[in-house]
Amino acid sequence: MTVTATRPDTPAPAAGKGSDRARGERRLGLYLAAPSFIVMVLVTAYPLGYAIVLSLFNYRLTDPAGRSFVGLNNYLVILTDPVWWNDFATTFAITVVTVAVELVLGFGFAFVMLRIVRGRGPVRTAILIPYGIITVVSAFIWRYAFAIDSGFVNQWLGLGDFNWFGDRWSAIFVICLSEIWKTTPFISLLLLAGLVQVPEEMQEAAKVDGATAWQRLWKITLPSMKAAIMVALLFRTLDAWRIFDNPFVMTGGANNTETISFLAYRQNVSLVNLGMGSAVSVLLFLTVVAIAWIFVKGFKTDLSQVRGD
Amino acid sequence: MKQSRWWTIAGVAIVVYSFFPLLWMISLSLKPPSDIVSGEPQFLPTSWSFENFTQVFSQPLFTRALINSIGISLIATLLSVIVAMFAAYAIARLDFPGKKVLLSLALGIAMFPQAALVGPLFNMWRNIGIYDTWIGLIIPYLTFALPLSIWTMSAFFRQIPWEMEQAAQVDGATSWQAFRKVIVPLAAPGVFTTAILTFFFCWNDFLFAISLTSTNNARTVPAALAFFQGASMFESAVPYVMAASVVVTIPVVILVLAFQRRIVAGLTAGAVKG
Repeated sequence: MTVTATRPDTPAPAAGKGSDRARGERRLGLYLAAPSFIVMVLVTAYPLGYAIVLSLFNYRLTDPAGRSFVGLNNYLVILTDPVWWNDFATTFAITVVTVAVELVLGFGFAFVMLRIVRGRGPVRTAILIPYGIITVVSAFIWRYAFAIDSGFVNQWLGLGDFNWFGDRWSAIFVICLSEIWKTTPFISLLLLAGLVQVPEEMQEAAKVDGATAWQRLWKITLPSMKAAIMVALLFRTLDAWRIFDNPFVMTGGANNTETISFLAYRQNVSLVNLGMGSAVSVLLFLTVVAIAWIFVKGFKTDLSQVRGD
Repeated sequence: MKQSRWWTIAGVAIVVYSFFPLLWMISLSLKPPSDIVSGEPQFLPTSWSFENFTQVFSQPLFTRALINSIGISLIATLLSVIVAMFAAYAIARLDFPGKKVLLSLALGIAMFPQAALVGPLFNMWRNIGIYDTWIGLIIPYLTFALPLSIWTMSAFFRQIPWEMEQAAQVDGATSWQAFRKVIVPLAAPGVFTTAILTFFFCWNDFLFAISLTSTNNARTVPAALAFFQGASMFESAVPYVMAASVVVTIPVVILVLAFQRRIVAGLTAGAVKG
């Protein structure tokens, strides 16, 4: 049954545009794409719309009778509350630091994987380990490494009983470490895929003309893989912006280390303050749209390759 | 010659980078809990024992979570790969209206902030009675794994020489034989690689697992780790958490070791064409 259905182009004699065959192909394409389309819309667009509606109400699950329409008041409350801006700043700091470090480190790794002769396989295998490891596990590993009672870091660095998680920026530092460790491999593999496509002849020609390695990097390698870099950057930026697991496990949001995703979780799930929580959700969504927009319009990131068309 | 040695040394550094935190995890998992409260914690255990592992496996908090993790991840992976396979085939081979829309939608979902959905889903799942159930987690996992599955598989499908199917039929094979003997073997590696990546995605999730579960009924391991406690109030839970972490890292390491080439190909196929 499905066999015949998945074989649309049985040799047909000179099928034109408006022929039965083309029509059948269009219909089959729609049928095959429909399940994915329906699932994705139902599970994201519908709840998002629901969140937009809820965000206009004062609605706590603990007090369903007190539900009342408040218009945009929830947004006003959030945007004038220092908690939002605090979480915004934390998320922003984590995003900028991790993405910048990962880009540089990821480039280093990609170059090594490109040039290494002996041990290429083992290196590529090793680098997939952090990629595959559960983020929560990574968070626990790094948390315990820096914790006073279990960690070796303070012993090795001679820091005595310095509490890394007692201060905002030292805690964010450890959060960034875990994030960077886990996600640099992914960005380095994307960059490697871009690096392989840089034409080797251009490098050789520049070498003959006396260009230094540094000049070749900036004048040839980086410009010719701009598309790959921008796509990797966009995805990593959005990923970092949505960070949740690491701060949750490491600090529980204490000492101003809460992120925006964490705030959405806390309002909605911990406090069951669904009206306010939904407003945070919508704002979080809008920040992501803004970031994507900045990348596509501002930095001219070409997403057609990612989209696959 | 000399240059290649430097690259090898850099390669060793990458291997250390990847494995050092893993060694730390294993070391902690073998430590007696008394090593944690001591004044000067060391990297290596004072005495080695597998006691923490037997402890962890005797707790339903962990064993149930492990079953939930395996079951939910496998089912979500299977469903996602099947649904995505249809879409990927259509994208790679057919000309139909809405192809751009589908691809753009997938892109939008890949960028979507999942935390924005935990509130509405939490509320909806409670209303329709699938809060704290397997299906309640499978649905979001399936959804958010779809873009990855669709991109990776359609990239693989584009590379398949589909004419071979007709060639087989010309040579006298029935259409079922042509499909089974020619197309399936060609498509299988791409489908399998996609399944591995999708499985990693589901296995890794924490946000939905902590938001949409409340008991052992559907709580997966990443969420359960947050609830671990020591044997007594005065004993640290650290070695138990790490023992459980080692257990859930083993499948990842096995898959990576066995399918390194495919995983790298799959990761880059979906993101950068060529």
